[in-house]
Amino acid sequence: MRLILISMMILCFSGLCSFFTGRNPRFANIMGAGGTVLGCLVGLVPATIVLWTGQTMSIHRPWQVPFGSFSLQIDALSAFFLFTILILSAVAAIYGNTYLWEYRKRKNLGTSWLFFNILVASMILVVISHNGMLFLMAWEIMSLASFFLVTFEDEKENVRRAGWIYLVATHIGTAFLFVLFILLAHKGPSLDFDHFISFGLNGTSMAGLAFLLSVIGFGTKAGFMPFHVWLPEAHPAAPSHVSAVMSGVMIKTGIYGLLRTLTFLGQPEPWWGWLLIAIGLGSGILGVLFALAQHDLKRLLAYSSVENIGIITLGLGLGVLGLSLNQPVLAVLGFGGGLLHVLNHALFKGLLFLGAGAVLHATGVRNMEQLGGLMRQMPWTGAIFLIGSFAICGLPPLNGFVSEFLIYVGAFMGTGLSGVSLSSIGVITGLAAIGGLAAACFTKAFGIVFLGEPRHTPALLGHEIGWGMRIPMMLLAFGCLAIGFFAPTVISAMVPVIGNVTGLLKIDIDTHLAVVTVPLQRVTALSCIFILILGFLIYLRRHLLSDRTPAQCNTWDCGFVRPTASMQYTASSYAQPITSMFGFFLQTHRKIHAPRGLFPAKASLHTHTDDVFFQGLFLPLFRGIERILLPLHWLQQGRVQIYILYVAVTILALLIWNLR
Amino acid sequence: MELWIDALIVLLILTNLKLIGSSRLSACIRIVALQGILLGILPGLVGAGQLTIRAILLSAITIVFKGIVFPWLLLRSMRSSSVRREMEPFIGYSTSMLVSVGLLALAMWMGSQLPLPIPLKSQLVVPLSLFTIMVGLLAIVSRRKALSQVLGYLVMENGIYAFGLALALKEPLLVELGTLLDVFMAVFVMGIAIFHINREFDHIDTDLLSTLKG
Repeated sequence: MRLILISMMILCFSGLCSFFTGRNPRFANIMGAGGTVLGCLVGLVPATIVLWTGQTMSIHRPWQVPFGSFSLQIDALSAFFLFTILILSAVAAIYGNTYLWEYRKRKNLGTSWLFFNILVASMILVVISHNGMLFLMAWEIMSLASFFLVTFEDEKENVRRAGWIYLVATHIGTAFLFVLFILLAHKGPSLDFDHFISFGLNGTSMAGLAFLLSVIGFGTKAGFMPFHVWLPEAHPAAPSHVSAVMSGVMIKTGIYGLLRTLTFLGQPEPWWGWLLIAIGLGSGILGVLFALAQHDLKRLLAYSSVENIGIITLGLGLGVLGLSLNQPVLAVLGFGGGLLHVLNHALFKGLLFLGAGAVLHATGVRNMEQLGGLMRQMPWTGAIFLIGSFAICGLPPLNGFVSEFLIYVGAFMGTGLSGVSLSSIGVITGLAAIGGLAAACFTKAFGIVFLGEPRHTPALLGHEIGWGMRIPMMLLAFGCLAIGFFAPTVISAMVPVIGNVTGLLKIDIDTHLAVVTVPLQRVTALSCIFILILGFLIYLRRHLLSDRTPAQCNTWDCGFVRPTASMQYTASSYAQPITSMFGFFLQTHRKIHAPRGLFPAKASLHTHTDDVFFQGLFLPLFRGIERILLPLHWLQQGRVQIYILYVAVTILALLIWNLR
Repeated sequence: MELWIDALIVLLILTNLKLIGSSRLSACIRIVALQGILLGILPGLVGAGQLTIRAILLSAITIVFKGIVFPWLLLRSMRSSSVRREMEPFIGYSTSMLVSVGLLALAMWMGSQLPLPIPLKSQLVVPLSLFTIMVGLLAIVSRRKALSQVLGYLVMENGIYAFGLALALKEPLLVELGTLLDVFMAVFVMGIAIFHINREFDHIDTDLLSTLKG
């Protein structure tokens, strides 16, 4: 337990050191990144111990804050999230060390590292705090630190706008959490999590309300579909290693919060599971559709995070349904799949964001329509990005397949059971649709960026990134492969975590997990054979080509005399069949200047897909609120004297009220 | 002895009224200086008859700082910023007087209602301190010049000091040190602020600062 405190101290201290030495970018950079890596390594020790032994570590100290106490606890659930957070943060820090270097002239790197390290420390605190006050405080620090990281390039107008949207969204979410914690604590003596359980809302009608509050509050952070609007704004705006951490692990603290709240609420009701499945289907399918319609690589990845949160939520929904209808196999496979997908998504989405960062670093372009043919200049980045794309599409033998497979099997188990059939079928079809669309989305992302010919001059200037950025990406790619190949081992390591969430015994979980371990072993064996065949084919190709010279020539160009790079498939045209099929949801704006006449001179096509929820729901809502509150504008005179008067009158009124 | 204390308190109340009703800044500063000196004498009288070294020291420090150092600093910054009078306050002088008489009544009522842990030598100490705090706030709220606001802040601190004196007879030093530190910071910061505002804008009207807002 002491080690986790030391880890947080290292993070804060190195962040401060980096901040105060900001004038010297080299030292600040090394201090910040090195501190994060060291802190994460120290923190990994207790996380691994807890995961390995299944024992719970805790620390409890009094604290001056009302209703607060400095209670920390690492149980298996915390340890699992801790593990995910620490691994990705350490890797992202190594990457950021090189990535931020080009900003050294314009920006104070020390500030960025200060907030990065604080973000990591606060994420640690969020998942281990065992008191509501402490949790909310850590939650707030996390939100603010990430806000400052998002607004790193605050000289750009769209970055400021993104930061603003993120700040508003996260605070609205936190407001719901305040209500949730007050509701949970209103019977008990303090905001300690133990009291939430013992004095909790177990079985009362308020439990449903608390569940709804937590879905909105934590869902805003996690990116559940109507509340996801900040993700596609904030992720592209942030530096890439920050996007990786935010998308990979920070939004998962929302999932953690939801799971933790579920442990306070006792026996769940079936409609909770149905609600989660509905949210999961909405987030998953719409998320991937919107991802498909994007032209900005990082924006695409941000929407894909919404999709993956949807997959996780589908798993959780199945699990909750299993708990409420007393079907342990559903609970084990649902929660198991959802939780494993948390780790998997952290790995491959982290990897993809780092890959996108590498492309951005090399070319300075995020718009896919201007990229292309990068595979030749950046073979390493391309190969690693390809691995990440495979993983995120849920293809074996990579890790995305394993977690989705768990959820699939859970859903198939549920098809015959009463009360679950319909939702199980929903989950299966939804997952299948998501998988297909994700494959389309990432063939687009990979194909347009890395294959073909360069569409625009900056892509020609692309160069391979240095080892400082390549190694972190390779580590993550290795993680994706390892979880895929050692799936049965990984799943058996997840047993205490699943036990923590479902409250089932280890033996029961083992028996239920046996349903998936046997097929997974077969898949692993087949994957090994596949890899061997692949290796053999590559070897064969090399061998056959060894004494010949390959020639380059144009593909057949329909008789056109001078093909140019702009005649390739573009990001828009590749996605067009699907985006037009779902045009009803996407509301893509098109600006077409169609070619006219026999000798068309000029033609152009612009497509742009706004977020339907942002434009259709939140913008009118906030405009309405603004209109209602406008009559109160006279209160804001902008004079110091008036504000002091407000304060003085309030205090005086309170005093008189109290003495009355 | 009680008579002396009450007389002193009445004097202090009068200084407050004079401060709020006076337009000339130099007069205001002198009044605040006088208030500081009177407040410095107060612990000697309240201190249970015998003059301990601590009480004398407390009095001396208070008189030196509140009665001499701060007024001197303020007079100097007043001269350097060449402001003599408080022009067109948000609340006029006669209105301010009326408001502060109302506040005095309120403070008296509050003093009678406020439950106190220990019996006091004079019933007027708590109303005085509350009244002084309110007058300080009133000065901050109603005046335009930064200098007047500093004075208001000082007066407010005097009120807090008197309140601490009434309640924390056992440990006055802690209260005193805290207050002195506060005031010192305030004068320091505000002095610098006045200096810079004056240098940048050629005046110290704080309400004109609001033109800076977006």
